Amino acid sequence: MNRAPRIAVIDYGAGNLVSIEQALTSVGAQVSFVHDGEGLAGTDAVVVPGVGASAPAMDRLDQQGLTEPLRAWLAADRPFLGICLGMQLLFDASEEDGASTLGAIAGTSTRLVGAPTLPHIGWNQVVRRRSHPVFDGIADGADFYFVHSYAGVPRTQDPADAGRPANDVTLATTTHGGMFTSAVNRGSLIGVQFHPERSGADGLRLLGNFVDLVRAA
Amino acid sequence: MLRRRVIPCLDVADGRVVKGTRFVDLVDEGDPPELAARYAAEGADELVFLDITAAPERRGTLLEVVERTARRAFIPLTVGGGVRTVADMRDVLRAGADKVSLNTAAVADPTLISRCAARFGRQAVVVAIDALRRPSRSPADPPTWEVVVKGGREATGQDVLAWVDRAVDLGAGELLVTAIDRDGTGQGFDTELLRAITSRVHVPVIASGGAAGPDDFVRAVVEGGADAVLAASIFHRRIHAIAEVKAAMAAAGLPVRLVAETVA
Repeated sequence: MNRAPRIAVIDYGAGNLVSIEQALTSVGAQVSFVHDGEGLAGTDAVVVPGVGASAPAMDRLDQQGLTEPLRAWLAADRPFLGICLGMQLLFDASEEDGASTLGAIAGTSTRLVGAPTLPHIGWNQVVRRRSHPVFDGIADGADFYFVHSYAGVPRTQDPADAGRPANDVTLATTTHGGMFTSAVNRGSLIGVQFHPERSGADGLRLLGNFVDLVRAA
Repeated sequence: MLRRRVIPCLDVADGRVVKGTRFVDLVDEGDPPELAARYAAEGADELVFLDITAAPERRGTLLEVVERTARRAFIPLTVGGGVRTVADMRDVLRAGADKVSLNTAAVADPTLISRCAARFGRQAVVVAIDALRRPSRSPADPPTWEVVVKGGREATGQDVLAWVDRAVDLGAGELLVTAIDRDGTGQGFDTELLRAITSRVHVPVIASGGAAGPDDFVRAVVEGGADAVLAASIFHRRIHAIAEVKAAMAAAGLPVRLVAETVA
């Protein structure tokens, strides 16, 4: 497409949407905030931001009539970026409050294992497990900003890999005490546990790569 | 590996960065977004705005400043000062802050911590604690600290370590600990205070109060166990650059995020 990709940022409650809007706009996207299922019409990609707990987030998505449209969007493999809680919601459920989440990726969000401090707050290294264009131009092991206590654990296909964070959907891992999955990808779906909109130049590069992928889709 | 953070703190009054000796003799130091962008380019890992606007009717100015800053600096922003209700916190987050720090209002009503954490998640709730070292009765006694509020002007009689435990139980996701008797003195961080706190809680602790040189930051982490170190005047007055502090931390073997300096 020649025009700026239209990206719907899901607004499902309070939180900092200013930085994600500004960051996406600065890398060439046309951003709209979407509050209901109808708002997804005519958009090229969906970004689900968010921090906090899964159950209240799913309650708000339900109340706003967004849960089923988002599931349909994911089932159709249309461009999607989940950030922080928005990545955790991609899994089947959260251990934190038993919430049933969007179920696009097999697995459960669980509390970080072996973490010396919780929440995990600050800049930490994101180590690539396989290559993907969303990380183009970003050094392997680059620092990104995290602020969370839970993370999605993809259910591994191979029983021999059980308990290991890296498997076919895992794009990157990060270590804070134990190792956890800090980025996932399957088809047009990308999830990152860190905050690219708060991660300086590398964060903007990642969002720019995402916008390029949307443009090419 | 999780990096130890270096955080400049900006005092903001009526929408401008000011500096002075704790709320008096304030001197206008410029536009907050400009300074924020400069610090981000120089390698600041986060920013803290402390709103010291005296008049509540001028609080709207802060929200406008937070939004302009969030649009300029792509690093996390914590806003403290004057947040008294869940609605105040919502407004500050919606304007573009990532975290809010609660101080005097949380001491007056500790349920503010749990109500804010329930609404926005504990990761967004920083509890700022101003600690005043009490005189020891004998040198053999372990040191104790008292919680003070209203910028250090009012004692509460409350023990700092007891307040730390309570704040974390209620949902504090991070603690910003200022040794108020060191603040502005250049005597270095109170590493005993920091160690007393970091050895009893698992939430991250930000050290504040007393920084004079890069070695002080190293000691706050190595001896005090701090996860992050915060300072105001030594950065504003360009006595030391953030890069110098990080270089000293890296030389001491501490994990820090090194940023190639660019012009803001």
